[in-house]
Amino acid sequence: MSWLKKLLPSKIRTEGGSKKVPEGLWSKCLKCGAVLYRAELERNFDVCPKCDYHMRIPGRRRLEAFLDENPREEIGAGLEPVDILKFRDLKKYKDRINAAQKETDEKDALISIMGQVKSVPLVAAAFEFRFMGGSMGSVVGEKFVRSVNVALEHHIPFVCFSASGGARMQEALFSLMQMAKTSAALTRLSKKGIPFISVLTDPTMGGVSASLAMLGDVNMAEPNALIGFAGPRVIEQTVRQTLPEGFQRSEFLLAHGAVDMIVDRRELRDRIANILTILTHRSAL
Amino acid sequence: MNLNFLEFEQPIAELEAKIEELRFVSSDTEINISEEIARLQEKSQQLTETIFSKLSPSQIAQLARHPQRPYTLDYIKNIFTDFEELCGDRNFADDPAIVGGIARLDGKPVMVIGQQKGRDTNEKVRRNFGMPRPEGYRKSMRLMKTAERFKLPIFTFIDTPGAYPGIDAEERGQSEAIARSLFVMVQLKTPIMCTVIGEGGSGGALAIGVGDRTAMLQYSTYSVISPEGCSSILWKSTDNVADAANAMGITSGRLKELGLIDDVISEPLGGAHRDLEAVSNSIKSTLLESMALFESTSLEKLLEQRYERLMQYGNYSDT
Repeated sequence: MSWLKKLLPSKIRTEGGSKKVPEGLWSKCLKCGAVLYRAELERNFDVCPKCDYHMRIPGRRRLEAFLDENPREEIGAGLEPVDILKFRDLKKYKDRINAAQKETDEKDALISIMGQVKSVPLVAAAFEFRFMGGSMGSVVGEKFVRSVNVALEHHIPFVCFSASGGARMQEALFSLMQMAKTSAALTRLSKKGIPFISVLTDPTMGGVSASLAMLGDVNMAEPNALIGFAGPRVIEQTVRQTLPEGFQRSEFLLAHGAVDMIVDRRELRDRIANILTILTHRSAL
Repeated sequence: MNLNFLEFEQPIAELEAKIEELRFVSSDTEINISEEIARLQEKSQQLTETIFSKLSPSQIAQLARHPQRPYTLDYIKNIFTDFEELCGDRNFADDPAIVGGIARLDGKPVMVIGQQKGRDTNEKVRRNFGMPRPEGYRKSMRLMKTAERFKLPIFTFIDTPGAYPGIDAEERGQSEAIARSLFVMVQLKTPIMCTVIGEGGSGGALAIGVGDRTAMLQYSTYSVISPEGCSSILWKSTDNVADAANAMGITSGRLKELGLIDDVISEPLGGAHRDLEAVSNSIKSTLLESMALFESTSLEKLLEQRYERLMQYGNYSDT
């Protein structure tokens, strides 16, 4: 407490350093620190209007912003995780699931909707990173496969927005097998010549990066997203070197040939619609 | 402490040391030494049986990484004939952490691919402790396509701590290399049999682990992350390795129960390294059984079954 504050009678002291902002009304940009009006930020797809920083965005909100308002049909909404291993670390897996479901209002870490983008019909799925780090377990794998199957059935493209720390350790080897399962489903799309666009967002790591996320006919990344297989801390401990500037960021991946392009979130609808009309031989929008 | 024995085997090591000592006692002493040796040997055998009848998952993990454990090239030498190693990914380099080539199994032409660890320090470094870089997976994919072209069934041997967490591996697209391997193996038009012989460590293992049958050696492990990694992430401590090994169910027995693998191949008492010939024979008969199975199934059906099998992995409820 500063000497000036000490001089003030306790009645007129304010609590804490800065005034508390009512939750949900204002947000602070994590990069430039600008204080932003929440509603305006959401209109801007959670991209800071001052510095273009792309904030993490809940999966459902992402899909709602991405898709046309009508029609929309959710896929696999009833899928829920089951803890057959009775896994327990510091907490029970069951309790972690319950807590994540309460926090996110989602049943697991992937949301999938059949709809349209600028009238181009497609299936779009998005990871919910707040649900146990967007980790991929059985439900994510199954929902991904069902999404692919809907795309196959209707012969429409599939777009997936990844945001995940990787495989879900609490489902042990079952989660590793989801890498094979999701990749297998994508072979069917590929055989039918149906486009799969993978959008890698912050962060896309581990088992998700090393399976479905890298298998797009077009891989696009949002600016400055962390993308890679091994986490930067693990690498630093292993090789005992300082990591190069911008290591495992979208721009690094573009330079090394791992992604086709980096796209600003506000342009995703236009760019994806354009790419899909070309790949599916539809007339230009 | 005898380094040929793991910590939990030390009582056996002590007995074995005694037996060795007795052998050097001069033969003109009055007590009957050979009788004493035989008695101790029997005791050692019983002790080994007792210890090995109740191994914990973390003890099995230590056996899977035993410094004397046979590696892929040991098995290639003992199980196959006429092996010709094929090197390089044709793009960047040859990765010695994955070896592969054409050979014969019981006279029949096949492709063999496996991760390879090193025996002495130099070789360990050269083979990067069995941790492949992207060019390793790309070599493996190249060989798999060669196998497809020449109608050779593929036998893979999994033995890796995991993909290499290095700067260069990330630069050259480690994620894509693993993902592409899965994508290729799912639809490869030739039979694939995968055998975990030591450590089946996460994505690096799975990258040569998608196929029509999966077997595990009795004391090998297969997991999404190493028990050490799991302990440090979920327990935020390095002290819970045993808990992590238990919780994840990384052993052959448990994974067979869960329906994630098809066969468990028994190991000799004390582990594969105690009798290479015996374990090689056991592996060979399992591989031959699979080969017979492959020969009696049409390729189309095999591929359909491979796909359906992958689709079945997972537990969830649907309301």
